[in-house]
Amino acid sequence: MGEFLNDWGLSIPTFLPIIGAAVMLLIPKDREQLHKLIALATTVAVAVFGLLLLIQFIDNDNYGALNFVVDKGWIDVIDSRYIMGVDGISLPLMLLTMLIVPLCVIYSWNHFPEPHNPKAFLMLLLILETGMIGTFAAQDLILFFVFFEVVLLPMYFMIGVWGGENRRYAAIKFFLFTLFGSALMLVSFLALYFLADPVMVGGELTRTFDMRLLPEAAAGIAKSSQVWVFGGMFLGFGIKVPMFPFHTWLPDAHTEAPTVGSVILAAVLLKLGTYGFVRIAIPILPEAAAEWAPFIGLLAVIGIIYGALGCLAQRDLKRLVAFSSVAHMGFVMLGIATLTDFGINAAVFGMVAHGLITGMLFFLAGSVKERYHTLDMSRLGGLLVQAPRMGWILGFCAMASLGLPGLAGFWGEFPAILASYNPAEVLAEETFRSYMVIAALGTVLAAGYLLWMLQKTAFGTPREEFANDPHVRDATVSEYLAWAPLLILILVLGVYPHLLFGATDPAVVNSLSECLDSVTSGTCFDAAAGK
Amino acid sequence: MLSSLPSIVGFVRPDIDWHAVAPELTLLGVGAVVTLLDIVLLERGRAYTSALAGIGLLVALIPIVTLAADGTTREMFGGAFVVDDFALILKAMFIVVAYIVVLLSTNYIAEGDYWENEYYGLLLASVMGMVLMASARDLVTIFVALELLSIPAYLMATWRKADPRSNEAGLKYYLMGVFASAIMLYGMSLLFGLAGDTRLAAISDAVSGGDPNPVVILGIIFVIVGFAFKVSGFPFHTWAPDTYEGAPTPVTAFLAVASKAAGFVALMQLVYAGFPGRDDVYQPLLWILAVGSMTAGNLIALRQENIVRLMAYSGVSQAGFMLAPLAVAGDIGGDALSAVIIYVLIYAAMNLGAFAVIIAVARRTASGEIRSYAGLFKYAPGMTILMTIFLFSLAGIPPLGGWFAKFAVFRAVVEANTGWGYSLAAIAAVNSVIALFYYAKVARMMWFEDAPEEADTTSLRVPPSLVAALGLTAAATLLFGIYPAAITHFTEGTLIALP
Repeated sequence: MGEFLNDWGLSIPTFLPIIGAAVMLLIPKDREQLHKLIALATTVAVAVFGLLLLIQFIDNDNYGALNFVVDKGWIDVIDSRYIMGVDGISLPLMLLTMLIVPLCVIYSWNHFPEPHNPKAFLMLLLILETGMIGTFAAQDLILFFVFFEVVLLPMYFMIGVWGGENRRYAAIKFFLFTLFGSALMLVSFLALYFLADPVMVGGELTRTFDMRLLPEAAAGIAKSSQVWVFGGMFLGFGIKVPMFPFHTWLPDAHTEAPTVGSVILAAVLLKLGTYGFVRIAIPILPEAAAEWAPFIGLLAVIGIIYGALGCLAQRDLKRLVAFSSVAHMGFVMLGIATLTDFGINAAVFGMVAHGLITGMLFFLAGSVKERYHTLDMSRLGGLLVQAPRMGWILGFCAMASLGLPGLAGFWGEFPAILASYNPAEVLAEETFRSYMVIAALGTVLAAGYLLWMLQKTAFGTPREEFANDPHVRDATVSEYLAWAPLLILILVLGVYPHLLFGATDPAVVNSLSECLDSVTSGTCFDAAAGK
Repeated sequence: MLSSLPSIVGFVRPDIDWHAVAPELTLLGVGAVVTLLDIVLLERGRAYTSALAGIGLLVALIPIVTLAADGTTREMFGGAFVVDDFALILKAMFIVVAYIVVLLSTNYIAEGDYWENEYYGLLLASVMGMVLMASARDLVTIFVALELLSIPAYLMATWRKADPRSNEAGLKYYLMGVFASAIMLYGMSLLFGLAGDTRLAAISDAVSGGDPNPVVILGIIFVIVGFAFKVSGFPFHTWAPDTYEGAPTPVTAFLAVASKAAGFVALMQLVYAGFPGRDDVYQPLLWILAVGSMTAGNLIALRQENIVRLMAYSGVSQAGFMLAPLAVAGDIGGDALSAVIIYVLIYAAMNLGAFAVIIAVARRTASGEIRSYAGLFKYAPGMTILMTIFLFSLAGIPPLGGWFAKFAVFRAVVEANTGWGYSLAAIAAVNSVIALFYYAKVARMMWFEDAPEEADTTSLRVPPSLVAALGLTAAATLLFGIYPAAITHFTEGTLIALP
């Protein structure tokens, strides 16, 4: 079993969804039940595979290094190889993906958004899953880029076909923003390829896109070039995160996307950007990262405050949750910008927590919309009266989102704030301490808008127009099935965060060891600054 | 009397390597048979002509395969005609493209009652010119090949005689083409005056070294500008939209892919064999052409309402991408050549595919308006998915073939590691985003909009030859994207044989 997983453990779950989609392509579209079953079976199989990977990963007990590494030839002429592997940073995010997608299938089981067509919808979902899992597994920059882009098309169609009223605008905006970033990111990858020192692969000195080798190979790049190359990646990843001021696509995309699209967008797609910083930009170009960090930190705290203020100005529940994403991703980016292993651990935790919590909030928003046919908070109210269980779940998630200790959200925000008290030595302490104060204020605002949202929707008495509406019923079986795993994980990770930190910490320390190990002794980033 | 003529002028027939010219001769033979068939069989032969032309093209592939298996570089006529890897790859591409164009034409020409024998005869003649172009390493040979491929194309553009727009298309194409030829000939005459020889190798010796004198600069500029017309580069693209729109759509596909590729073949030969030492002249010129084409083509394409005009402007922009590696050719050598060839090959697959869909859909809607694609997903889902694949491949979205073409271009310009290269990369990156917008506009019509009330929305029937063309192009587009080694396998190493 271990042997098999080592060779195939990553390739199978990555490409299984595509195979599922190909099978569905051959089946006529009116056999809806069959399509749903195939999609469910495929995604559950992928999730089971994820579980096996997890068990084997724990068994290997080597969280810091890459597990299940596959390294095969792909495009020899450009020295790009098919390299897959996961460590403690990518595994949690990959498992999150594997968990979310089947839940999305279950959730949409009986209520596909207009214009229905489960076949096409589920096929897009499966293609999306391949792209997401592949991005977290890829260890070659070009392979990473391909998977990173594979995600775009299905999401574009998901928003554009099944979305809300303004869906065309939102879909193309999402696509153009992301593509703009990734085009410049590709140029950066190529610059890295040509500027980095050649490395030994199989006894030959070649250029490489191998993420495992590039941190060392890129060390020789002149600092001025590094800063430019990092800039390209910053645009690519920063737009995806999205960081202020590139966030404007996000509220539109989230608001217009169908529920499942919003959930995937929030839970996984945004993480591709932050993951890119943690996995690629910072380990490969630490010196440039140190130059950029104060600026990234500044944008992060602006995002925190701006997102929170944006939330307070919303009338639409879904849009509010979308803006809260901007704020939460601000905390993640702040953690990353500190360039300490503490901060980056917090960031990875924050990604997972945000994925679980905001994913849940979007599920809830979707269910509210389905019952009330509106998300206008001035018309909602009394959810606790009409659908008490759903109301309580909403309350639970709101608490988790505002960072209540004991729930997962806390461990993403609090350590990030703490880390900015003591950033990497090369960074100016005063700057980051002031960021810390601003970020802390952001948590207060977060409590403000979430409680306000809860008050508007869950408390009070139902409005007259919905008081006797038979559509407003409590959570259904498929909703419970889809939500339960997320709710349990929010609680478990909140109570026992070591589950996640235990996995991420060795990986963070290891992947950033080139520099972060020595940060405490002040050699690396100081040396970088002195150059 | 006549028999003594050779001895008077001292003419000795040069050695002819029959194997090396077999592809050209095969095409000539098939073209002649197709034309003669009409005279012998009259109306009865019409049903077979497209099949005959298609089979003839496939037969012409055989000598190319044997030449490739043989692997030696063959030269004739003192280096004016060369068969090397470069020539073979592109000859094979021209023939495959022409085969697909035959598939696209079969129903279109037959149903329109459009003089089939003449059509396929001219098509084969034009392809012969392209195949010849891939081997031409001499100004006169290049010019003869260019005219051989262009003149039949002028006629084919007017093939819908009854439609004034088709006449306009042909006339415009002809006038602009002749104008471009004249400019190019002037440039060639300058280069010939310097070198005293028409062979590119000799010209290379004559123009290289020292500061370029004005005659060299003018000669190079005029020759390149002449081909910029052929590849529809900005600002010499103005014929393309009208010609594309008016010409029969299969001919448009042929012009947009094969004719454009032939222009690039000539440009590559000129840059690499003709004046490799003069990168200080051609690089800035091609840089301007590349940036102008990709930017102007994109911006104008944004405003198009007609799918064929959109494809015309998108073709201008794509030409800009193909020109980009040549703008740094002097800095990085053969890698730029590989990048252009990769782009041309992948572009051929995806662009032909897009035209195949356009032809298939126009059979129903009889319209070129982008609006007529509304709701296509509802009644022709297969066609919609294929068109989506081709369009987003043109936009360069992985894992579809176009991404690797764009990637090869980015790789080449970044490899140059110069300010010119990086700025070109940044401009190309921005342009690839702009391009997405109009490709997505068509996709949006097909997927997001509803078909108009009065539209016929019974499921679409597609004739078998179109299905074959769609299958071939879609398979190639996906294969090149997922497994680019399928294409780089042929474009590695030294391709062009330099003396």
